[in-house]
Amino acid sequence: MRYIIYLLIGIFFGIVMFKSEAASWFRIYEMFEFGSFHMYGIIGSALILGVLGIQIVKIKNIKTIDNNNMQLQPKERGITRYLAGGIIFGLGWALSGACPGPMYALVGAGFPTILLVLLGALVGTFVYGLLKNKLPH
Amino acid sequence: MNWIYDPWPWYVAGPLIALTMFLLLIVGKKFGMSSPLRTTCSAFGAGKAAGFFKFDWKAERWNLIVVLGAIIGGFIASNFMSDNTVKIHPDVAQKLADEYQITSAGEAYLPNEIFSIDSLRNPSSIAILVIGGFLVGFGARYAGGCTSGHAISGLSNLQLPSLIAVIGFFIGGLVMVHFLFPLIF
Repeated sequence: MRYIIYLLIGIFFGIVMFKSEAASWFRIYEMFEFGSFHMYGIIGSALILGVLGIQIVKIKNIKTIDNNNMQLQPKERGITRYLAGGIIFGLGWALSGACPGPMYALVGAGFPTILLVLLGALVGTFVYGLLKNKLPH
Repeated sequence: MNWIYDPWPWYVAGPLIALTMFLLLIVGKKFGMSSPLRTTCSAFGAGKAAGFFKFDWKAERWNLIVVLGAIIGGFIASNFMSDNTVKIHPDVAQKLADEYQITSAGEAYLPNEIFSIDSLRNPSSIAILVIGGFLVGFGARYAGGCTSGHAISGLSNLQLPSLIAVIGFFIGGLVMVHFLFPLIF
């Protein structure tokens, strides 16, 4: 039953990614060219509602359906990993025009070549795991 | 105006992304779309090669189910809810055509010049796809999250590390588009 809920949330998210065009290479390119407000509006409006909602969760101490605390742990402190990792991610985001969520939606949308991007992302994740202890964090 | 068939405007899409995050929080999970990549590596046995992948990946199976859902969602959206074209700002489309010979803006969802099966005859297209993916996967894990984990979840929770990561995302993206694209395409 629980897995049906996860599946439905995923389906909903996949539809939103595709229909918002956040899964389109063109929209990502346009964003980095400052050609339209579209992507900034998506991220910005999600963020404003996200900040407000999480404040409400904290103030009202809203629990999960199992009556546990929501997973809102603070991130580890640091600068190097976030900046270096972020820049590497951004280079790939602009080149492939896809971040992880949209990649999955594009697989379903029937673009076989996105599997090469996904394969690259899995290899990248694996290589990070191999090098983790040698990288500055 | 056909609200199902037309592209969804930002003020519809953004709130629905926030809703996705809250739905996952309410069921006791969190919104982050790059973690499933790590879970997948573990499921394929990467734990034998690196401690980073030695964890109980079966406890994280839920995020693979979310991924499966996102794949189904992409199928539904592209087959039943979209004409699969993306219209970007005409000046940006013109620039793509003039400077990079990418002319499919407005006619396709992804540029045929990079993503069509035919383009794979060109080794540089394969390299663009694989290297782009590699940087996304490596960078997301190094930064501890991607656009969903940092730009939405982390910033919503007012996390300074997420702000640093998102600034990094934009530095990387701007460098790629403004300095590296002219060399690549």
